[in-house]
Amino acid sequence: MALYNETVMEHFMNPHNVGEIENPDGKGTYGSPVCGDMMQITIKVDEEEKIVDAKFKTFGCGSAIASSSMATDMIIGMSVEEALDLSNKKIVDELGGLPPAKIHCSVLAEHAIKSAIYDYATKYGKTYAGLEGFDPDAEEDHHHDDIEEE
Amino acid sequence: MKQIYLDYSATTPVKEDVVKEMIPYYTEVYGNPSSLYSVGLEAKQGLELARERVAKLINAQPAEIRFTSCGTEADNWVLEGVADALKNKGNHIITSKIEHHAILHTCEHLEKNGFEVTYLDVDSEGFVSPEALEAAIKDTTILVSIMMVNNEIGTIQPIKELAAVAKAHGVLFHTDAVQALGNVPIDVKDLGVDFISMSAHKIYGPKGVGALYIRKGARINNYMHGGGQEARKRAGTENMAGIVGFGKAAELSMNNLDAHIEHCSTLRNKLWEKIQAEIPHVQVNGSMDKRHPGNLNVSFDYIEGEAILLLLDAHGICVSTGSACSSGSLAPSQVLEALGVPVTKMNGTIRFTVGDFTTDEDIDNVVEVLSKVVARLREMSPVTGKEGW
Ligand SMILES: Cc1ncc(COP(=O)(O)O)c(C=O)c1O
Repeated sequence: MALYNETVMEHFMNPHNVGEIENPDGKGTYGSPVCGDMMQITIKVDEEEKIVDAKFKTFGCGSAIASSSMATDMIIGMSVEEALDLSNKKIVDELGGLPPAKIHCSVLAEHAIKSAIYDYATKYGKTYAGLEGFDPDAEEDHHHDDIEEE
Repeated sequence: MKQIYLDYSATTPVKEDVVKEMIPYYTEVYGNPSSLYSVGLEAKQGLELARERVAKLINAQPAEIRFTSCGTEADNWVLEGVADALKNKGNHIITSKIEHHAILHTCEHLEKNGFEVTYLDVDSEGFVSPEALEAAIKDTTILVSIMMVNNEIGTIQPIKELAAVAKAHGVLFHTDAVQALGNVPIDVKDLGVDFISMSAHKIYGPKGVGALYIRKGARINNYMHGGGQEARKRAGTENMAGIVGFGKAAELSMNNLDAHIEHCSTLRNKLWEKIQAEIPHVQVNGSMDKRHPGNLNVSFDYIEGEAILLLLDAHGICVSTGSACSSGSLAPSQVLEALGVPVTKMNGTIRFTVGDFTTDEDIDNVVEVLSKVVARLREMSPVTGKEGW
Protein backbone atom coordinates (compact mmCIF):
# COMPACT_ATOMS: atom_id res chain seq x y z
CA MET A 1 0.00 0.00 0.00
CA ALA A 2 1.28 3.44 -0.86
CA LEU A 3 0.05 6.95 -0.33
CA TYR A 4 0.06 7.71 -4.07
CA ASN A 5 -0.57 5.78 -7.27
CA GLU A 6 2.25 3.86 -8.95
CA THR A 7 3.19 6.57 -11.43
CA VAL A 8 3.45 9.22 -8.73
CA MET A 9 5.43 6.89 -6.47
CA GLU A 10 7.79 5.99 -9.33
CA HIS A 11 8.43 9.67 -10.11
CA PHE A 12 8.92 10.40 -6.43
CA MET A 13 11.24 7.48 -5.75
CA ASN A 14 13.24 7.86 -8.97
CA PRO A 15 12.72 11.44 -10.07
CA HIS A 16 13.91 12.50 -13.52
CA ASN A 17 15.75 15.73 -14.28
CA VAL A 18 16.92 16.53 -10.76
CA GLY A 19 19.45 19.34 -10.55
CA GLU A 20 20.23 22.70 -11.96
CA ILE A 21 21.36 23.59 -15.50
CA GLU A 22 24.53 25.66 -15.61
CA ASN A 23 24.03 28.95 -17.45
CA PRO A 24 20.35 28.26 -18.09
CA ASP A 25 18.37 30.22 -20.64
CA GLY A 26 15.61 30.54 -18.10
CA LYS A 27 15.28 30.02 -14.37
CA GLY A 28 12.09 30.18 -12.36
CA THR A 29 11.28 29.64 -8.72
CA TYR A 30 7.88 29.36 -7.20
CA GLY A 31 6.59 28.95 -3.65
CA SER A 32 8.68 29.17 -0.50
CA PRO A 33 9.59 26.86 2.35
CA VAL A 34 7.24 28.90 4.51
CA CYS A 35 4.33 27.72 2.38
CA GLY A 36 5.54 24.15 2.61
CA ASP A 37 6.86 23.78 -0.90
CA MET A 38 9.13 25.49 -3.33
CA MET A 39 10.16 24.56 -6.84
CA GLN A 40 13.02 25.79 -8.97
CA ILE A 41 13.12 25.00 -12.68
CA THR A 42 15.96 25.77 -15.07
CA ILE A 43 15.60 25.40 -18.85
CA LYS A 44 17.80 25.32 -21.93
CA VAL A 45 16.16 26.65 -25.11
CA ASP A 46 17.54 26.35 -28.66
CA GLU A 47 17.27 28.82 -31.57
CA GLU A 48 14.00 27.29 -32.71
CA GLU A 49 12.57 28.18 -29.31
CA LYS A 50 12.39 24.56 -28.35
CA ILE A 51 13.08 23.44 -24.77
CA VAL A 52 15.98 21.03 -25.09
CA ASP A 53 16.62 20.48 -21.41
CA ALA A 54 14.96 21.14 -18.08
CA LYS A 55 15.97 20.42 -14.51
CA PHE A 56 14.33 20.95 -11.16
CA LYS A 57 15.09 21.34 -7.49
CA THR A 58 12.15 20.99 -5.15
CA PHE A 59 11.48 21.43 -1.46
CA GLY A 60 8.24 19.63 -0.83
CA CYS A 61 6.26 16.49 -0.25
CA GLY A 62 6.13 13.37 -2.39
CA SER A 63 3.63 14.74 -4.85
CA ALA A 64 5.55 18.02 -5.25
CA ILE A 65 8.67 16.08 -6.22
CA ALA A 66 6.70 13.76 -8.52
CA SER A 67 4.97 16.75 -10.16
CA SER A 68 8.36 18.41 -10.76
CA SER A 69 9.76 15.26 -12.30
CA MET A 70 6.74 14.72 -14.54
CA ALA A 71 6.45 18.38 -15.55
CA THR A 72 10.12 18.65 -16.56
CA ASP A 73 9.79 15.38 -18.51
CA MET A 74 6.80 16.82 -20.33
CA ILE A 75 8.34 20.14 -21.36
CA ILE A 76 11.60 18.69 -22.67
CA GLY A 77 11.15 18.64 -26.44
CA MET A 78 8.23 21.07 -26.39
CA SER A 79 8.33 24.47 -28.03
CA VAL A 80 8.16 27.36 -25.59
CA GLU A 81 4.62 28.06 -26.80
CA GLU A 82 3.57 24.49 -26.08
CA ALA A 83 5.16 24.57 -22.65
CA LEU A 84 3.25 27.74 -21.81
CA ASP A 85 0.11 25.88 -22.69
CA LEU A 86 0.88 23.11 -20.22
CA SER A 87 -1.79 23.29 -17.53
CA ASN A 88 -1.54 21.77 -14.10
CA LYS A 89 -4.42 19.53 -15.10
CA LYS A 90 -2.34 17.95 -17.85
CA ILE A 91 0.43 17.27 -15.34
CA VAL A 92 -2.07 15.68 -12.97
CA ASP A 93 -3.54 13.57 -15.78
CA GLU A 94 -0.12 12.37 -16.84
CA LEU A 95 0.56 11.40 -13.22
CA GLY A 96 -2.65 9.38 -13.20
CA GLY A 97 -4.21 11.69 -10.62
CA LEU A 98 -3.24 13.27 -7.31
CA PRO A 99 -5.21 13.32 -4.06
CA PRO A 100 -7.39 16.49 -3.93
CA ALA A 101 -5.26 18.10 -1.22
CA LYS A 102 -2.18 17.67 -3.42
CA ILE A 103 -3.46 19.18 -6.66
CA HIS A 104 -1.71 22.31 -5.48
CA CYS A 105 1.67 20.66 -6.20
CA SER A 106 0.87 20.49 -9.90
CA VAL A 107 -0.11 24.16 -9.85
CA LEU A 108 3.28 24.90 -8.36
CA ALA A 109 4.96 23.06 -11.26
CA GLU A 110 2.90 24.93 -13.84
CA HIS A 111 3.88 28.25 -12.25
CA ALA A 112 7.55 27.35 -11.91
CA ILE A 113 7.66 26.50 -15.62
CA LYS A 114 5.97 29.79 -16.52
CA SER A 115 8.45 31.63 -14.31
CA ALA A 116 11.39 29.98 -16.05
CA ILE A 117 9.96 30.87 -19.46
CA TYR A 118 9.26 34.41 -18.27
CA ASP A 119 12.92 34.69 -17.33
CA TYR A 120 13.92 33.34 -20.76
CA ALA A 121 11.57 35.72 -22.56
CA THR A 122 12.85 38.70 -20.60
CA LYS A 123 16.46 37.75 -21.27
CA TYR A 124 15.98 37.19 -24.98
CA GLY A 125 13.39 39.92 -25.62
CA LYS A 126 10.59 37.56 -26.66
CA THR A 127 6.89 37.98 -26.15
CA TYR A 128 4.38 35.17 -25.82
CA ALA A 129 0.61 35.31 -25.60
CA GLY A 130 0.84 32.62 -22.93
CA LEU A 131 2.75 34.97 -20.63
CA GLU A 132 0.24 37.77 -20.81
CA GLY A 133 -0.62 38.97 -17.32
CA PHE A 134 1.78 36.50 -15.74
CA ASP A 135 3.53 37.83 -12.67
CA PRO A 136 6.44 35.62 -11.57
CA ASP A 137 6.51 37.33 -8.19
CA ALA A 138 2.83 36.86 -7.44
CA GLU A 139 2.25 35.45 -3.98
CA GLU A 140 1.61 31.78 -3.87
CA ASP A 141 -1.99 31.02 -3.10
CA HIS A 142 -2.06 29.73 0.44
CA HIS A 143 -5.35 27.99 0.11
CA HIS A 144 -3.90 25.03 -1.58
CA ASP A 145 -6.91 22.86 -1.89
CA ASP A 146 -9.47 25.21 -3.29
CA ILE A 147 -7.90 25.87 -6.65
CA GLU A 148 -8.09 24.04 -9.89
CA GLU A 149 -9.36 20.88 -8.37
CA GLU A 150 -10.65 18.19 -10.62
CA MET B 1 12.35 -6.38 4.16
CA LYS B 2 12.13 -6.14 7.92
CA GLN B 3 9.70 -3.54 9.13
CA ILE B 4 10.96 -1.13 11.77
CA TYR B 5 8.07 0.48 13.56
CA LEU B 6 8.95 3.78 15.25
CA ASP B 7 5.48 5.20 15.70
CA TYR B 8 4.40 3.81 19.06
CA SER B 9 2.65 7.08 19.90
CA ALA B 10 0.28 6.53 16.99
CA THR B 11 -0.59 3.09 18.24
CA THR B 12 1.08 -0.07 19.50
CA PRO B 13 0.90 -3.69 18.43
CA VAL B 14 -1.26 -5.72 20.81
CA LYS B 15 0.87 -8.02 22.95
CA GLU B 16 0.26 -11.75 22.55
CA ASP B 17 -0.65 -12.25 26.20
CA VAL B 18 -3.26 -9.54 25.77
CA VAL B 19 -4.78 -11.15 22.69
CA LYS B 20 -4.83 -14.49 24.49
CA GLU B 21 -6.98 -13.11 27.29
CA MET B 22 -9.29 -11.34 24.86
CA ILE B 23 -10.22 -14.19 22.55
CA PRO B 24 -12.42 -16.22 24.96
CA TYR B 25 -14.60 -13.14 25.42
CA TYR B 26 -15.64 -13.40 21.77
CA THR B 27 -16.35 -17.11 21.69
CA GLU B 28 -16.88 -18.65 25.12
CA VAL B 29 -17.56 -15.90 27.63
CA TYR B 30 -19.78 -14.09 25.16
CA GLY B 31 -22.48 -13.27 27.69
CA ASN B 32 -23.72 -9.78 28.33
CA PRO B 33 -22.19 -8.70 31.66
CA SER B 34 -25.58 -7.31 32.68
CA SER B 35 -27.22 -10.74 32.35
CA LEU B 36 -27.95 -12.75 35.45
CA TYR B 37 -27.11 -16.28 34.28
CA SER B 38 -23.67 -17.78 34.55
CA VAL B 39 -22.15 -16.81 31.18
CA GLY B 40 -23.24 -13.23 31.91
CA LEU B 41 -21.87 -13.30 35.43
CA GLU B 42 -18.63 -14.72 34.13
CA ALA B 43 -18.34 -11.82 31.70
CA LYS B 44 -19.09 -9.45 34.58
CA GLN B 45 -16.22 -10.99 36.50
CA GLY B 46 -13.86 -10.34 33.57
CA LEU B 47 -15.10 -6.78 33.37
CA GLU B 48 -14.44 -6.13 37.04
CA LEU B 49 -10.98 -7.70 36.91
CA ALA B 50 -10.10 -5.37 34.04
CA ARG B 51 -11.38 -2.42 36.07
CA GLU B 52 -9.20 -3.42 39.01
CA ARG B 53 -6.14 -3.71 36.79
CA VAL B 54 -6.62 -0.33 35.13
CA ALA B 55 -7.34 1.25 38.53
CA LYS B 56 -4.15 -0.22 39.93
CA LEU B 57 -2.02 1.26 37.15
CA ILE B 58 -2.96 4.77 38.30
CA ASN B 59 -3.51 3.98 42.01
CA ALA B 60 -7.25 4.62 41.83
CA GLN B 61 -10.24 2.72 43.27
CA PRO B 62 -11.90 0.36 40.75
CA ALA B 63 -15.20 2.25 41.15
CA GLU B 64 -13.45 5.38 39.91
CA ILE B 65 -12.75 3.79 36.48
CA ARG B 66 -15.43 4.03 33.75
CA PHE B 67 -14.74 2.35 30.45
CA THR B 68 -15.37 4.21 27.20
CA SER B 69 -15.07 3.49 23.50
CA CYS B 70 -11.71 5.30 23.19
CA GLY B 71 -9.55 8.07 24.59
CA THR B 72 -11.42 10.57 22.47
CA GLU B 73 -14.72 9.67 24.13
CA ALA B 74 -13.15 10.11 27.57
CA ASP B 75 -11.97 13.59 26.54
CA ASN B 76 -15.36 14.52 25.08
CA TRP B 77 -17.18 13.16 28.11
CA VAL B 78 -15.18 15.06 30.68
CA LEU B 79 -15.48 18.42 28.93
CA GLU B 80 -19.14 18.09 27.99
CA GLY B 81 -20.09 16.33 31.21
CA VAL B 82 -18.49 18.87 33.54
CA ALA B 83 -19.69 21.79 31.43
CA ASP B 84 -23.21 20.43 31.65
CA ALA B 85 -23.04 19.67 35.37
CA LEU B 86 -21.60 23.05 36.34
CA LYS B 87 -23.16 25.39 33.80
CA ASN B 88 -25.02 27.23 36.51
CA LYS B 89 -21.79 27.83 38.38
CA GLY B 90 -19.79 29.18 35.46
CA ASN B 91 -18.96 28.92 31.78
CA HIS B 92 -15.20 29.21 31.69
CA ILE B 93 -12.80 26.37 30.83
CA ILE B 94 -9.01 26.55 30.73
CA THR B 95 -6.88 24.30 28.55
CA SER B 96 -3.62 24.62 26.62
CA LYS B 97 -2.70 25.33 23.01
CA ILE B 98 -0.97 21.96 22.65
CA GLU B 99 -3.84 19.62 23.52
CA HIS B 100 -4.92 16.76 21.28
CA HIS B 101 -7.77 17.51 18.87
CA ALA B 102 -10.06 15.41 21.08
CA ILE B 103 -9.79 18.27 23.59
CA LEU B 104 -9.36 21.25 21.26
CA HIS B 105 -12.25 20.45 18.95
CA THR B 106 -14.54 19.67 21.89
CA CYS B 107 -13.59 23.05 23.38
CA GLU B 108 -14.41 24.74 20.07
CA HIS B 109 -17.76 23.00 20.12
CA LEU B 110 -18.42 24.23 23.66
CA GLU B 111 -17.46 27.77 22.62
CA LYS B 112 -20.25 27.66 20.04
CA ASN B 113 -22.61 26.77 22.87
CA GLY B 114 -21.82 29.72 25.07
CA PHE B 115 -18.76 28.53 26.95
CA GLU B 116 -15.62 30.59 27.15
CA VAL B 117 -12.30 28.80 26.71
CA THR B 118 -8.79 30.06 27.54
CA TYR B 119 -5.98 28.33 25.66
CA LEU B 120 -2.79 28.64 27.69
CA ASP B 121 0.53 29.15 25.92
CA VAL B 122 3.54 26.93 26.42
CA ASP B 123 7.15 28.07 26.71
CA SER B 124 9.76 27.24 24.07
CA GLU B 125 10.43 23.89 25.77
CA GLY B 126 6.75 22.98 25.62
CA PHE B 127 5.62 23.52 29.22
CA VAL B 128 2.52 25.16 30.67
CA SER B 129 3.38 27.23 33.73
CA PRO B 130 1.39 27.05 36.97
CA GLU B 131 1.67 30.87 37.20
CA ALA B 132 -0.04 31.26 33.83
CA LEU B 133 -2.80 28.95 35.01
CA GLU B 134 -3.16 30.89 38.26
CA ALA B 135 -3.52 34.11 36.29
CA ALA B 136 -6.15 32.66 33.97
CA ILE B 137 -8.54 31.37 36.65
CA LYS B 138 -11.66 33.47 37.15
CA ASP B 139 -14.79 33.24 39.29
CA THR B 140 -16.55 31.57 36.37
CA THR B 141 -13.89 28.88 35.79
CA ILE B 142 -15.36 25.39 36.15
CA LEU B 143 -12.70 23.11 34.68
CA VAL B 144 -9.01 23.01 33.84
CA SER B 145 -7.82 20.42 31.30
CA ILE B 146 -4.08 20.06 30.67
CA MET B 147 -2.60 16.99 29.03
CA MET B 148 -0.03 14.98 30.96
CA VAL B 149 2.18 14.08 27.99
CA ASN B 150 2.02 15.77 24.63
CA ASN B 151 1.52 13.46 21.67
CA GLU B 152 3.86 15.29 19.28
CA ILE B 153 6.80 16.43 21.37
CA GLY B 154 6.36 14.18 24.42
CA THR B 155 6.81 16.86 27.05
CA ILE B 156 5.54 15.91 30.52
CA GLN B 157 3.57 18.73 32.11
CA PRO B 158 3.89 19.57 35.82
CA ILE B 159 0.43 18.12 36.49
CA LYS B 160 0.77 17.99 40.28
CA GLU B 161 1.59 21.70 40.47
CA LEU B 162 -1.10 22.64 37.94
CA ALA B 163 -3.74 20.56 39.72
CA ALA B 164 -2.81 22.20 43.03
CA VAL B 165 -3.47 25.63 41.52
CA ALA B 166 -6.91 24.56 40.32
CA LYS B 167 -7.71 22.93 43.64
CA ALA B 168 -6.77 26.08 45.57
CA HIS B 169 -9.52 27.84 43.61
CA GLY B 170 -11.99 24.97 43.97
CA VAL B 171 -11.84 24.24 40.25
CA LEU B 172 -12.00 20.69 38.86
CA PHE B 173 -8.90 19.42 37.07
CA HIS B 174 -8.69 16.96 34.17
CA THR B 175 -5.64 15.54 32.48
CA ASP B 176 -5.51 13.69 29.16
CA ALA B 177 -3.07 10.92 30.01
CA VAL B 178 -3.49 8.92 26.80
CA GLN B 179 0.19 9.31 25.92
CA ALA B 180 1.35 9.23 29.53
CA LEU B 181 -0.24 5.96 30.56
CA GLY B 182 2.36 3.22 30.72
CA ASN B 183 5.13 5.70 29.95
CA VAL B 184 5.28 7.76 33.12
CA PRO B 185 4.27 6.66 36.63
CA ILE B 186 0.78 7.94 37.45
CA ASP B 187 -0.56 8.10 40.98
CA VAL B 188 -3.90 9.88 41.18
CA LYS B 189 -3.66 10.31 44.94
CA ASP B 190 -0.34 12.05 44.65
CA LEU B 191 -1.31 14.13 41.61
CA GLY B 192 -4.55 15.38 43.11
CA VAL B 193 -6.47 15.39 39.83
CA ASP B 194 -10.22 14.84 39.41
CA PHE B 195 -10.36 13.20 35.97
CA ILE B 196 -7.95 11.27 33.74
CA SER B 197 -8.46 10.13 30.15
CA MET B 198 -6.83 6.88 29.06
CA SER B 199 -6.71 4.69 25.98
CA ALA B 200 -5.73 1.03 25.59
CA HIS B 201 -4.10 1.11 22.16
CA LYS B 202 -1.11 3.14 23.29
CA ILE B 203 -0.14 0.54 25.90
CA TYR B 204 -0.11 -2.62 23.77
CA GLY B 205 -3.84 -3.12 24.18
CA PRO B 206 -6.58 -3.07 21.54
CA LYS B 207 -7.94 -0.03 19.67
CA GLY B 208 -11.42 1.23 20.42
CA VAL B 209 -11.37 1.09 24.20
CA GLY B 210 -10.53 3.77 26.73
CA ALA B 211 -11.43 4.87 30.22
CA LEU B 212 -12.18 7.93 32.26
CA TYR B 213 -11.00 8.09 35.85
CA ILE B 214 -13.57 10.02 37.87
CA ARG B 215 -12.42 10.85 41.39
CA LYS B 216 -15.04 9.73 43.87
CA GLY B 217 -17.36 12.68 44.39
CA ALA B 218 -16.21 14.75 41.39
CA ARG B 219 -19.19 16.30 39.61
CA ILE B 220 -19.83 15.26 36.05
CA ASN B 221 -22.94 14.47 34.03
CA ASN B 222 -23.38 11.57 31.64
CA TYR B 223 -22.38 11.85 28.01
CA MET B 224 -23.73 8.57 26.66
CA HIS B 225 -27.38 8.07 27.61
CA GLY B 226 -29.06 4.68 27.63
CA GLY B 227 -28.82 1.56 29.75
CA GLY B 228 -27.48 1.25 33.25
CA GLN B 229 -23.97 0.05 32.45
CA GLU B 230 -20.88 1.33 34.24
CA ALA B 231 -22.86 2.10 37.42
CA ARG B 232 -25.29 4.15 35.30
CA LYS B 233 -22.52 6.52 34.28
CA ARG B 234 -21.76 5.32 30.77
CA ALA B 235 -24.46 3.55 28.79
CA GLY B 236 -23.85 0.91 26.15
CA THR B 237 -23.12 -2.80 26.26
CA GLU B 238 -19.48 -3.17 27.14
CA ASN B 239 -16.80 -3.95 24.55
CA MET B 240 -15.90 -6.98 26.61
CA ALA B 241 -12.91 -8.34 24.72
CA GLY B 242 -11.55 -4.81 24.36
CA ILE B 243 -11.95 -4.03 28.03
CA VAL B 244 -10.41 -7.33 29.08
CA GLY B 245 -7.51 -6.59 26.74
CA PHE B 246 -7.14 -3.13 28.25
CA GLY B 247 -7.02 -4.70 31.71
CA LYS B 248 -4.34 -7.20 30.72
CA ALA B 249 -2.31 -4.50 28.97
CA ALA B 250 -2.56 -2.36 32.13
CA GLU B 251 -1.33 -5.26 34.25
CA LEU B 252 1.63 -5.91 31.95
CA SER B 253 2.39 -2.21 31.88
CA MET B 254 2.30 -2.01 35.67
CA ASN B 255 4.72 -4.93 36.05
CA ASN B 256 7.00 -3.69 33.28
CA LEU B 257 6.94 0.06 33.84
CA ASP B 258 10.49 0.66 35.06
CA ALA B 259 12.05 -1.67 32.50
CA HIS B 260 9.91 -0.13 29.73
CA ILE B 261 10.97 3.40 30.62
CA GLU B 262 14.62 2.35 30.82
CA HIS B 263 14.49 0.44 27.52
CA CYS B 264 12.74 3.23 25.63
CA SER B 265 14.75 6.14 26.97
CA THR B 266 18.04 4.35 26.29
CA LEU B 267 17.11 3.70 22.66
CA ARG B 268 15.55 7.12 22.18
CA ASN B 269 18.65 8.84 23.53
CA LYS B 270 20.84 6.72 21.31
CA LEU B 271 18.69 7.65 18.32
CA TRP B 272 19.10 11.36 19.02
CA GLU B 273 22.84 11.07 19.65
CA LYS B 274 23.36 9.20 16.40
CA ILE B 275 21.21 11.61 14.43
CA GLN B 276 23.19 14.55 15.78
CA ALA B 277 26.48 12.82 15.03
CA GLU B 278 25.58 11.86 11.48
CA ILE B 279 23.17 14.47 10.18
CA PRO B 280 23.91 18.21 10.18
CA HIS B 281 21.27 20.94 10.55
CA VAL B 282 18.88 19.16 12.86
CA GLN B 283 17.01 20.35 15.92
CA VAL B 284 15.05 18.56 18.59
CA ASN B 285 11.69 20.09 19.51
CA GLY B 286 10.65 20.17 23.16
CA SER B 287 12.64 19.63 26.31
CA MET B 288 14.85 16.52 26.38
CA ASP B 289 14.22 15.94 30.05
CA LYS B 290 10.70 15.63 31.42
CA ARG B 291 9.81 13.87 28.19
CA HIS B 292 7.98 10.70 27.13
CA PRO B 293 10.72 8.02 27.25
CA GLY B 294 10.16 6.91 23.67
CA ASN B 295 9.53 10.26 21.96
CA LEU B 296 11.91 12.13 19.70
CA ASN B 297 10.67 15.01 17.58
CA VAL B 298 13.26 16.32 15.15
CA SER B 299 13.27 19.07 12.52
CA PHE B 300 15.49 18.50 9.48
CA ASP B 301 16.35 21.80 7.82
CA TYR B 302 15.79 22.44 4.08
CA ILE B 303 13.53 19.45 3.41
CA GLU B 304 9.92 18.45 3.89
CA GLY B 305 8.59 15.87 6.32
CA GLU B 306 6.26 13.85 4.13
CA ALA B 307 9.04 13.23 1.62
CA ILE B 308 11.23 11.92 4.46
CA LEU B 309 8.37 9.72 5.69
CA LEU B 310 7.75 8.23 2.25
CA LEU B 311 11.40 7.41 1.61
CA LEU B 312 11.73 5.84 5.08
CA ASP B 313 8.57 3.84 4.39
CA ALA B 314 10.19 2.54 1.21
CA HIS B 315 12.83 1.07 3.54
CA GLY B 316 10.22 -0.40 5.88
CA ILE B 317 10.62 2.30 8.51
CA CYS B 318 7.41 3.73 9.97
CA VAL B 319 7.44 7.24 11.47
CA SER B 320 5.06 10.17 11.39
CA THR B 321 5.47 13.76 10.34
CA GLY B 322 5.59 16.13 13.26
CA SER B 323 3.43 18.50 11.39
CA ALA B 324 0.46 17.66 9.25
CA CYS B 325 1.69 17.64 5.68
CA SER B 326 2.31 21.21 4.82
CA SER B 327 1.34 20.86 1.20
CA GLY B 328 -2.03 19.46 2.08
CA SER B 329 -5.08 21.25 3.26
CA LEU B 330 -4.22 20.55 6.88
CA ALA B 331 -2.84 23.29 9.03
CA PRO B 332 0.71 22.99 10.31
CA SER B 333 1.12 21.60 13.79
CA GLN B 334 -0.37 23.86 16.42
CA VAL B 335 2.04 22.28 18.90
CA LEU B 336 5.19 23.28 17.03
CA GLU B 337 3.61 26.66 16.39
CA ALA B 338 2.96 27.14 20.12
CA LEU B 339 6.58 26.21 20.79
CA GLY B 340 7.70 28.96 18.45
CA VAL B 341 9.35 26.61 15.94
CA PRO B 342 9.89 28.59 12.70
CA VAL B 343 7.57 27.50 9.90
CA THR B 344 10.49 26.56 7.67
CA LYS B 345 11.72 24.05 10.23
CA MET B 346 8.20 22.91 11.08
CA ASN B 347 7.72 21.57 7.57
CA GLY B 348 10.65 19.20 7.96
CA THR B 349 9.65 17.63 11.24
CA ILE B 350 9.50 13.92 12.01
CA ARG B 351 8.20 12.24 15.16
CA PHE B 352 9.93 9.00 16.13
CA THR B 353 8.60 6.90 19.01
CA VAL B 354 10.39 3.79 20.15
CA GLY B 355 8.66 1.08 22.15
CA ASP B 356 9.00 -2.34 23.75
CA PHE B 357 9.77 -4.14 20.49
CA THR B 358 12.40 -1.67 19.28
CA THR B 359 15.95 -3.05 19.33
CA ASP B 360 19.38 -1.47 19.49
CA GLU B 361 20.05 -2.73 15.99
CA ASP B 362 16.87 -1.03 14.74
CA ILE B 363 18.28 2.31 15.81
CA ASP B 364 21.54 1.71 13.91
CA ASN B 365 19.61 0.71 10.80
CA VAL B 366 17.23 3.65 11.01
CA VAL B 367 19.99 6.23 11.32
CA GLU B 368 21.89 4.66 8.45
CA VAL B 369 18.87 4.90 6.17
CA LEU B 370 17.80 8.27 7.55
CA SER B 371 21.10 9.96 6.85
CA LYS B 372 20.96 8.79 3.22
CA VAL B 373 17.34 9.87 2.85
CA VAL B 374 18.02 13.31 4.30
CA ALA B 375 21.12 13.81 2.16
CA ARG B 376 19.22 12.79 -0.96
CA LEU B 377 16.32 15.15 -0.33
CA ARG B 378 18.67 17.99 0.53
CA GLU B 379 20.46 17.48 -2.76
CA MET B 380 17.11 17.81 -4.45
CA SER B 381 16.12 20.92 -2.50
CA PRO B 382 16.50 24.49 -3.75
CA VAL B 383 16.69 25.63 -0.12
CA THR B 384 20.18 25.82 1.31
CA GLY B 385 19.80 28.07 4.32
CA LYS B 386 21.63 30.91 2.61
CA GLU B 387 18.41 32.54 1.52
CA GLY B 388 17.68 33.91 4.95
CA TRP B 389 14.44 32.03 5.56
C1 LIG C 1 -3.02 12.90 23.78
C2 LIG C 1 -4.09 12.07 23.14
N1 LIG C 1 -5.36 12.22 23.52
C3 LIG C 1 -6.34 11.49 22.98
C4 LIG C 1 -6.10 10.57 21.98
C5 LIG C 1 -7.24 9.81 21.39
O1 LIG C 1 -7.29 8.50 21.82
P1 LIG C 1 -8.11 7.42 20.98
O2 LIG C 1 -7.32 7.14 19.76
O3 LIG C 1 -8.24 6.22 21.87
O4 LIG C 1 -9.43 8.02 20.68
C6 LIG C 1 -4.78 10.39 21.55
C7 LIG C 1 -4.49 9.40 20.50
O5 LIG C 1 -4.01 9.68 19.42
C8 LIG C 1 -3.75 11.17 22.12
O6 LIG C 1 -2.49 11.04 21.72
